[in-house]
Amino acid sequence: MMQITCPHCGPRAQAEFVYERTVDSVVPLDTAPEDAMKTLFARTNPRGPDDEIWRHTFGCRAWMIITRHRVTNEIGAVRAVGPEALP
Amino acid sequence: MINFTFDGKSYQAQDGDTLAAALLRNGVGLIGRSFKYHRPRGIMTAGVEEPNALVTVGEGGRTEPNTRATDVFVYEGLVAKSQNRWPSLSFDLGAVLGLAAPVFSAGFYYKTFFGSAKRWMFYEYFIRKAAGLGNAPMEADPDHYSQRGAFCDVLVVGAGPAGLAAALEAAEAGKRVILVEQDQILGASLIRDPQERDADWIDATANRIRAAGGRILTRTTASGYWEHDLVTLTQRIAEPGQVPPNGIAQRLWHVRAGEVILATGSIERPMAFANNDRPGVMLSQAVRTYVRRFGVAPGKRIVIATNNDDAYETARALTEAGAQIVAILDTRPAPYGTECGFPVHNDAMPISAGCGRHSLKSVSAQVGNQVKNWDADLLAVSGGFTPVVHLHMQAGGTLDWNEAAQAFVPAASRQNVRTIGGAVDPVPALMLPPAGAPKKSFVDFQNDVTLADVDLAWAEGYRSVEHLKRYTTLGMATDQGKLSNMAALGRIAEKQGVTIPDAGLTTFRPPYTPVTMGVLAGVAAKDGGAHARRIALHDVHAAKNPIWQPLGYWFRPRAYPQNGETLAEAALREARMVRTGVGMTDVSTLAKFEVSGPDAAAFLEIICATTVSKLAVGRGRYTFMLREDGFVFDDGTVWRLGENRYLLTSSTGGADRMATNISYVRQYLCPKMRVSAVNVQEHYAGIAIAGPKAKATLAKLIGEEPPRHMSTIPATIADIPVLVLAASYSGERAFEVYVEGSAAAAVWAKCEAEVTAQSGCLYGLEAMEFLRIEKGHLVVGGEIDGRLTPHDLALDKMLNKAGGFLGASGLSRPALSETGRHQLVGVEAIEGIIPEGSMLITAEGDTPQGHVTASAFRIVEGGSIALAQLRDGFSRDGEELIATSPTRGQKARVRVVKPHFYDVSGEAYRD
Repeated sequence: MMQITCPHCGPRAQAEFVYERTVDSVVPLDTAPEDAMKTLFARTNPRGPDDEIWRHTFGCRAWMIITRHRVTNEIGAVRAVGPEALP
Repeated sequence: MINFTFDGKSYQAQDGDTLAAALLRNGVGLIGRSFKYHRPRGIMTAGVEEPNALVTVGEGGRTEPNTRATDVFVYEGLVAKSQNRWPSLSFDLGAVLGLAAPVFSAGFYYKTFFGSAKRWMFYEYFIRKAAGLGNAPMEADPDHYSQRGAFCDVLVVGAGPAGLAAALEAAEAGKRVILVEQDQILGASLIRDPQERDADWIDATANRIRAAGGRILTRTTASGYWEHDLVTLTQRIAEPGQVPPNGIAQRLWHVRAGEVILATGSIERPMAFANNDRPGVMLSQAVRTYVRRFGVAPGKRIVIATNNDDAYETARALTEAGAQIVAILDTRPAPYGTECGFPVHNDAMPISAGCGRHSLKSVSAQVGNQVKNWDADLLAVSGGFTPVVHLHMQAGGTLDWNEAAQAFVPAASRQNVRTIGGAVDPVPALMLPPAGAPKKSFVDFQNDVTLADVDLAWAEGYRSVEHLKRYTTLGMATDQGKLSNMAALGRIAEKQGVTIPDAGLTTFRPPYTPVTMGVLAGVAAKDGGAHARRIALHDVHAAKNPIWQPLGYWFRPRAYPQNGETLAEAALREARMVRTGVGMTDVSTLAKFEVSGPDAAAFLEIICATTVSKLAVGRGRYTFMLREDGFVFDDGTVWRLGENRYLLTSSTGGADRMATNISYVRQYLCPKMRVSAVNVQEHYAGIAIAGPKAKATLAKLIGEEPPRHMSTIPATIADIPVLVLAASYSGERAFEVYVEGSAAAAVWAKCEAEVTAQSGCLYGLEAMEFLRIEKGHLVVGGEIDGRLTPHDLALDKMLNKAGGFLGASGLSRPALSETGRHQLVGVEAIEGIIPEGSMLITAEGDTPQGHVTASAFRIVEGGSIALAQLRDGFSRDGEELIATSPTRGQKARVRVVKPHFYDVSGEAYRD
């Protein structure tokens, strides 16, 4: 079980978090249909670090982007997202 | 003295004995029969790596099969049984299979069981009887298992000299330390070699660790090393089969460590020669452990075979105990061992153990160019040492090859772990190719894999060690190759003409030793699987003794039977009352979200696929939601409560999914929207009142004109503020009354009194299902199964023409508009009763045309009806089909109709 440092709560066990999707699978609302399907179903799946969207579901419930190495599970960076993270 | 039984016979053990030590103390050398050939097997080791002495311990639900006799400490009343033998251990009929050993060679199953499944079923019966380990108990486990989390700066695994010293250093440096030891006592190698330290060193060191705040856990195995330095520990509080002192048998620890120090030592290797699996052949260090720790000498006339210096200490220990060393066979050339005073033979390797029926009689060995024989009752072997690198490898580490010791040692790791002690510095050894007959030279004792099997797999083209493992089963079962892997690798490397490190290794996976399933489940077993959650009106319903139905996290009444009614009778009575008078039901579990702010309508028009912004204040509408790929995944209603304030309802079971969806849009897709979305699902209780007399009933309750269909007003009932929504799921004029949960009981009581005064009744989920099927309303999980589009469900006319909602892009895919899609229809029975979940087929063919999603009866008139998904269903009105359920053995002739069986024009909604 990984340890994830929530930007709001600090280091917590992975069991408190839920993985949602990769950042590159996010479909902005104004995406053209062809591109939307490509984004949803033809993802890169790199053997290495990737940006993923997680949620601290059993904690502060905030969303965040985690850079995780897909083989070693090493976590590079965790960024807060949502209205409170806007400039 | 401690009393225990083995195969029904009573024996006595001494305090601190393992079962293996106690059996040896009582002269019991034959412990079990082997997996495939039913060969007699004894005790080979003194630790968790034991491949042979597997026993079933305990009785009833506490039975633990395949327990290593070396890994269970005897307690008063312990009951142990041998395994894989019939009718008895000493006379085992299955042992005749041993004569047919060539039949059971590598890949036996793959080569033998071709052909039809019927033949397999025939063979399986006999194979299951003949092969295998212990039997799992049939009774439920009566014990409890606990789980616990912990943090420390330094976790030390293994309490031998290196581990104790490391734990002491860290603890006295002020670090939080946890030291774990799988044995019952501390010391590890010092228990068999006490001369390495002062007599009281172990106790003194442990006391200093504890005094410095360190925690020491014995009988605790670090069984798994996971990401980010999380180590799971399994702690045995009770021994296998023992009644636990406080009801808790074991505890699973999740320890997040700053640093992990592995002082796991090494495991001695056996040697390969003919009959090396027989009782009387033991590992050298194990023999030393039995002599010095337990005071049991497993033999009187002993031959020692070794390829390293360590075994000479075993010779000394046996001599001290009064046994006779007949010969020491050393693979290494002179002058190794020449000055030790024992009869040493250099360039010597055992080629065969000569056996009586269940014991060792003699040893023959290749000494230089000669073959020599000795009479002996014990052969102690040391084939070198394999460092315990399991946790290091589970942590994602790499290995180096130590040529002198012919062993893999831990190298780099990507986690914060290091290995110390014997595991990084194994005893040098000279491994030579085996000299005995390959067919009787066992590599994996537990799985009955011989050198000949490895050779056969090689000859048949199995090159990768991973393939070899799966083809021969080598390295599987309780010991996971702790003794066998290196011997097999050596053989494969020899065949390939490469070095062992080039031959490769199989993957090390947790757990290090077998883990009881119960401790993984912990408190989540039995009734602890989920927290009990109750709706606000749970106790009110319970007083009426309804039939309950689990729904989402909660329970809701399925029906309120009266006077011994069955479920179906009660549900039909309740549904008829709704159609003809008035009924009320609890709808509290529906998902509810309060959405407010200047952008609330725009936000909802992203979540919902219908328009929302056109709603006037005080009005509501039906709505549905799409996944991004364009399929309908939920439906509900949306109500405009104020200028910038909305209430959204959706399905009970989809509530968490909907909450996540709303949160995703709010937090990630549209963080700049000025909107707040609050989940109020459990905040409000909901009461539905439905039927031709519902309006009159509600008017009395709120003392004013009820809202018209799809309108909402705030009101009070019993002076308690409520929100009244005029919405109908039943097809009748109906209202939903929402009230804060804490005040729900009072409002319910008032409503029930009024409904009763109107000669109405309560109704449950089953009646609600009858009503909604007849009306043709959808349910998430039934008609809305995530595979149909709005068009398939005839909802497309309600789609927001402006687009912009989630799933709009996905929905525009051309394939979703092609023919051949399943579409929502109704079916009514011409003959028979439509089975729930049945397939729809034509009279000619057996290709399924669709399936029934929900089956019911016309509530007043009677007759079997159903909703269904049917290929191109919209254009098949009037067609006759067969609804068949082969699993239930039921079928009905049906006619395709529109999915509305009641009040198609919506007359009932109007006042």
